[in-house]
Amino acid sequence: MKYAFSFLAVIALILIAWLGSQIPGMQYFFGVAIPYLAVMVFLGGFIYQVVQWAKSPVPFSIQTTCGQAKSLDFVKHNRLESPHTTPEVVARMALEILTFRSLFRNTKSEVHAGPKITYESSKWLWLFALIFHYSFLVIVIRHMRLFLNPVPEVIAWLDWADSMFEIGTPALYMTDAGLLIGLLFLFSRRLTNRQVRYISLANDYFPLLLLIAIGVTGVLMRMFLRDGIDIAAIKQLGVGLVTFSPVITADIGSIFYIHLFLVCVLLVYFPFSKLMHLGGVFLSPTRNMKNDSRQIRHINPWNPEIKVHAYSAYEDEFREFMVDAGIPVEKEPEPTEETPAEAPA
Amino acid sequence: MSVAKLEQLSQSVVQDPSLATGAIPTKDWMDIPVVFKPGNYAYPAKQDKVEYLNSQKGLNFPNAREWSPEDDDWKLPENWKEIIIDGLGERLEKFRSLKIFMDCCVRCGACADKCHFFLGTGDPKNMPVLRAELLRSVYRNDFTLAGRILGKMAGGREMTVGVLKEWFMYSYQCTECRRCSVFCPYGIDTAEVTMMLRELLHLVGIGINWILEPASNSNRTGNHMGLQPHTFKDNVDFLAEDVEGLTGVKIEPTFNRKGAEILFITPSADVFAEPGLYTAMGYLILFEHLGLDYTWSTYASEGGNFGLFTNNETMKKLNAKMYAEAERLGVKFIVGGECGHMWRVLHQYMDTMNGPADFLEVPKSPLTGTVFENSAATKMIHISEFTADLIKHGKLNLDKSRNSHVKATYHDSCNPARAMGLMDEPRYILDHVVDWVEMPENTIREQTFCCGSGTGLNTDEIMELRMRSGLPRANAVKYVEDKHGVNMLSCVCAIDRATLTSLMDYWNPNVGVCGITELVGNAIVLEGETRGELDEGLRTMVF
Repeated sequence: MKYAFSFLAVIALILIAWLGSQIPGMQYFFGVAIPYLAVMVFLGGFIYQVVQWAKSPVPFSIQTTCGQAKSLDFVKHNRLESPHTTPEVVARMALEILTFRSLFRNTKSEVHAGPKITYESSKWLWLFALIFHYSFLVIVIRHMRLFLNPVPEVIAWLDWADSMFEIGTPALYMTDAGLLIGLLFLFSRRLTNRQVRYISLANDYFPLLLLIAIGVTGVLMRMFLRDGIDIAAIKQLGVGLVTFSPVITADIGSIFYIHLFLVCVLLVYFPFSKLMHLGGVFLSPTRNMKNDSRQIRHINPWNPEIKVHAYSAYEDEFREFMVDAGIPVEKEPEPTEETPAEAPA
Repeated sequence: MSVAKLEQLSQSVVQDPSLATGAIPTKDWMDIPVVFKPGNYAYPAKQDKVEYLNSQKGLNFPNAREWSPEDDDWKLPENWKEIIIDGLGERLEKFRSLKIFMDCCVRCGACADKCHFFLGTGDPKNMPVLRAELLRSVYRNDFTLAGRILGKMAGGREMTVGVLKEWFMYSYQCTECRRCSVFCPYGIDTAEVTMMLRELLHLVGIGINWILEPASNSNRTGNHMGLQPHTFKDNVDFLAEDVEGLTGVKIEPTFNRKGAEILFITPSADVFAEPGLYTAMGYLILFEHLGLDYTWSTYASEGGNFGLFTNNETMKKLNAKMYAEAERLGVKFIVGGECGHMWRVLHQYMDTMNGPADFLEVPKSPLTGTVFENSAATKMIHISEFTADLIKHGKLNLDKSRNSHVKATYHDSCNPARAMGLMDEPRYILDHVVDWVEMPENTIREQTFCCGSGTGLNTDEIMELRMRSGLPRANAVKYVEDKHGVNMLSCVCAIDRATLTSLMDYWNPNVGVCGITELVGNAIVLEGETRGELDEGLRTMVF
């Protein structure tokens, strides 16, 4: 049901852009106003969210160590999984962010008769997540050619490299395929993996379907629905948007407005959703802290003033037992009643 | 509470419909209320224990009362909802981890089958992701823009008594072992979530006795068993007599002695109950062998810290005894015994909460001269670090053959492994004192499985639950028992020594449980000893 709801939401968004962009005059709304609004919400929301996180302190050093700590000379230190210095933390974070290190560890557990529990390596999620994210990254970078004039060498080169196999006309971008394949895997996994299916919310299906719709409309625009796709006009709009002088000089096909609108929805949705894992992964205390908490004191800014149950109170309660047992005490017991407290002068 | 027979439970784990065995519940998890019945919950804290804790300066345990999880009415304070929501808001501002972990989860499910509670019970709410969603759904509803606008559509839900009951059920079916956080692509640590849930529940007077009674004992008597100073001393003295009976060497441990070089603190369970007793005998033998200038303390007689299972304030208050006592006695540094969660507190919290310990010196082994730079701030080292260094420098006269009756394997305790990175020191020691083998790779080191009864859950009324959640660990032991004839599960944790013993008795009755230092102590050749053949090492009965 949750995916059906998300599916309908994406369809509705497509219809809004399709119908809306055909109303005379609304091209500026969909081509200029919405993109500006979306970028502002994205940037503002993203910064707001990161500031919100950063405002909360990290009271304790709670790194998760996934390897041997720095210890005695003859004990081999695992510098990546139990980092002790800042460069080692940077390396750990780089592995985490660039190669999805933790996801690479994934195993699949099964309970068999016996009982016997087995664990086998399960790297599909890691592989397709990696394909999706890198494809998405390259696609975003590639799109910069629509906003920059002249197009930087590196983006032109990326464009060439991405389509070097020259499948179809115009050549299919490998990353377009990668993006869609990755997304389809992630989506079908939500439907078929029993555990993931049970935990999935509309919040999980919606961004997947939105991204699929963005990818599909992009591919359609480039490969199939080329009527009215005036690349020069699109580029003029793109460059105009970033130079704050946007103009729409031609009738651009609806598919373009649909694609653009969905991207805007993604931008607006991003800061208020789980997609913020993009920012959060950098701030996760279990990963980005040094495992040196016995060597260097970590400061808790709100460290509460709490006094220990004092030794003196403890001794007061148990003094006689302690003396009887021969345990040293700070204060000798009060004289007992046999010796009068106030001796006559 | 009677526990299911082995055959029944073995079948149930595999065949009963559960998410772990392939059955998907037809109802959404938000629509499945929790049902409390004997055996599936730990007993609530006694009113007087809660009142005692609440009376202590700096601690806050309000709303003490008699209540039962099985009753519909939990006698919550009238404004309970406000207390919970305000408490959550306060914690979001105090803990970045909580905020990040609430916001970043993408529900990829990588953690789902990593939890021992999930593998043993098949209960969907024991998937770490869903355990966190129990809180996250409320967070979304009350603290996020999307949740405020879209409510249930955005995965939010209203805080209700039903949700509160669910929190109680599942925050006490998590041992804060952090295995899930190893696999999470964002390092989301369910232990943080469970700790927050428990903190929030304490605000409305909900806690379990197996945690709050030890916590109050620790505060008052210095140790969680509630042993008073003379009893604590007697127990250690008995162990020294046992060592004398076995080896002929007389050991005279000292207590609360000012001017000792080293303060030694270990979980009190080691001086009180089998099989921890043998580990404590190991300490006595090791220190005697070295002629170490050390003292026990009856005031700081607990290494464990039940505050970690309660709230950060209690953790701080209980932990503070260690430094207070070290300063009072004027020792140079502290050596800590084998314990799991104790070492999480010492490694990740102690210095922050109760440091700086500038009245102590950077630990330096009086035998080898090794300076323990890794403890330069806390001035407290782990007994395995201390012992491994001694072995490396040839300071121990070891006869490995004395452990020839043992074929060991090694259980990484959750906290030393995942919150400290103490993995190879115990292994180095084992190499020198006993013949041992590793369990399968997905069950050791950072992927180690919890004993199933940590964080104060080693109470008998939830025995079946414990046997289920301990199954992944027991199963890995079974594997090496069948393959290599392993008969001893060694570990560096006092809770393990208690809980793994029950677990082994149930699933693998031919396997015993021991601390590493028991094996060390048994292998040590003491000067002047008159030791005969001890078929079972320190466990041999001699009269």
